[in-house]
Amino acid sequence: MDKLLAETLYYEMVRGRAFEYAAKEHYMQGDISGFLHLDIGQEALSVGAMKAFAKGDVFSTYREHIMALARGITPKAVMAELFGKEAGVSEGKGGSMHLFDPSHFFYGGDAIVGGHLPNAVGCAYARKFQGEEHGVMAVFGDGATNGGAFFESLNIAAAQKLPLLFLCENNEYAIGTKITRVAPFEKQAKKAEPYMPAIEVDGMDVVAVYEAVSEAQHYLEKGHGPIFVEAMTCRYEGHSMSDPNSYRSTQEMALCKARDPIERMKKVLQEQYGMDAGAIELLETKAQNEIDEAVSFAAEAEEPAPEALMAHVFTEGGTHALS
Amino acid sequence: MLYREALNKALDETMAVDDTIVVLGEDVGRYGGSYRVTEGLYAKYGEKRLIDTPIAELSIVGNAVGMAIGGLRPVAEIMTANFALLAFDQIINHMSKYHYMSAGKITLPMVVRFPQGVSKQLAAQHSESYEQMLSAVPGLKVLAASDVNYAYHALKHAVMSDDPFVFIEHELLYNKKGEVDLKTPLDPFKARIVKEGSDVTIVSYLKMVDDVMAAVPKIEEALGCSCEVVDLCSLNPVDYDTLKASIEKTSRLVMVEEEHKTGGYGAQIVSWAAEKMFYTLDAAPLRIAGADVPIPYNRTLELLSIPTPDSIAEQIIDWGRRNDV
Ligand SMILES: Cc1ncc(C[n+]2csc(CCOP(=O)(O)OP(=O)(O)O)c2C)c(N)n1
Ligand SMILES: [Mg+2]
Repeated sequence: MDKLLAETLYYEMVRGRAFEYAAKEHYMQGDISGFLHLDIGQEALSVGAMKAFAKGDVFSTYREHIMALARGITPKAVMAELFGKEAGVSEGKGGSMHLFDPSHFFYGGDAIVGGHLPNAVGCAYARKFQGEEHGVMAVFGDGATNGGAFFESLNIAAAQKLPLLFLCENNEYAIGTKITRVAPFEKQAKKAEPYMPAIEVDGMDVVAVYEAVSEAQHYLEKGHGPIFVEAMTCRYEGHSMSDPNSYRSTQEMALCKARDPIERMKKVLQEQYGMDAGAIELLETKAQNEIDEAVSFAAEAEEPAPEALMAHVFTEGGTHALS
Repeated sequence: MLYREALNKALDETMAVDDTIVVLGEDVGRYGGSYRVTEGLYAKYGEKRLIDTPIAELSIVGNAVGMAIGGLRPVAEIMTANFALLAFDQIINHMSKYHYMSAGKITLPMVVRFPQGVSKQLAAQHSESYEQMLSAVPGLKVLAASDVNYAYHALKHAVMSDDPFVFIEHELLYNKKGEVDLKTPLDPFKARIVKEGSDVTIVSYLKMVDDVMAAVPKIEEALGCSCEVVDLCSLNPVDYDTLKASIEKTSRLVMVEEEHKTGGYGAQIVSWAAEKMFYTLDAAPLRIAGADVPIPYNRTLELLSIPTPDSIAEQIIDWGRRNDV
């Protein structure tokens, strides 16, 4: 991996974490409301996967802020969305859980666990239909792999040889329930093995995630059908701001944080790329500044007008493409 | 007692006397429920009776149906109404029909509980209400608990009954305080007169009952009238007798509900009034409901999309002035 890419991965992770901490702070101040799911601890996964899959379509969940940023949606547009402002990427209508931007091939932001998987399958069909080779990525948690939509999606994607990358973020918990209490195995890739190749990667290692997802995308481009990547990871915060996170011991949390993806990549930058502390700090300051600007922008942005309520229920005019 | 504590007490007391009662759902066991309704029950009754399920709503209700066939009395909790949609096949095709299709040979003593409605900025996939769909399904008894005392008694009744119940709660009611009269059981199918009055009957249910009550002083002052507020409590079957008696007294009907207006539950009540009470009414009924739009995240837009105490008062006052109330 060249130095510029390594730096970018680091920068995006730092910026992502700064974004999440800012969101947390402004949630506590009452500027942001609703369900806020933070991605702190899982940055390597979100950043590594998005950067490696830069050309394909992405369907994700409610824990998607950092992915949206890594996709190229601006921190201003995402923060303004969390603040419910008109300048938000979903014009204040979606909020934290519903970031959509087709111009960056980013389709949510879906908050029904597993509900977006059949949609990703459908989009993969469309891409195959169109002869588009880059394929589609569906991101979902370990908890989603226990639902019917997941198994239906594995089956259809495999039966139709669709270019679909299943990316499982296994942080071992669905809210307060540990995956092994409700599934017969620790690694959910087992569920995909009868249908498609399944690989496992350390989700706390951004370089490893980047490489695994790049490889998976090459596999899609060959037209062999879907592939499954499981990344073992860990969220540092509660499930959402309303979850006190009381079901994990301090010891478990400490083990988790010892694998910190940002610290780890910082070492790589220093040891493998010879970056000094000053150069790294410069990146960190730049990332923080970008987030500070996004917060000021969001705070000052306009509320949507009351007329916005009834806009977008249907297309404007409702004209059929053929008429 | 808090509303969630009343529900907890109802489960606890019924589980203590009948060891075939089991509770299943996401995070209901060790975690104590996402709204803390099942708190403490896992420690008391163990994992055999408090079953933490994976995120698989169709199976939660489907398994409950099978458990009921097998001789248990399951209480299934779904985290919120929007996720219950994944279980609609089981609720509508299985739970509601087995007793009838088997000519009564199969009974399903079970309850499916979930909260619904607009909370605070949870956006379109976490804010909807589905009582209109479920109360349109023959074979289900549908209760909606707006009140702490009612919640306690009605849930106990539902758990101990041999029929399948849908028990609807509201996201914003879990911390509501109220007195529970433990000694006086109530009929869960009877509507509740929340406030007596002589000039206008205002019918609602769930959280809208509180919003109506908050609007009433303003309405009474502006119109110089007296409002009777009725909480339906049971959405299927409906206690038409109580509604009839109230409308005979007031000659006027207002229906207030939170969900989208088109096809909303209140249409059933107004249509009944048009059919059966036409000559008793002195004015066309007024229906106040949510806008026909997915619920937006932004707080101002969100509040524009549903009735609030202010908008309820404003609409009733305007209607009252035009109708000589
Ligand atoms: C169909 C459905 N059921 C329940 C929920 C409530 N819920 C939201 S997130 C979540 C846990 C999901 O866990 P996982 O898939 O592992 O993702 P993570 O939050 O760990 O990233 C649950 C149960 C939901 N949103 N959708
Ligand atoms: Mg998880």
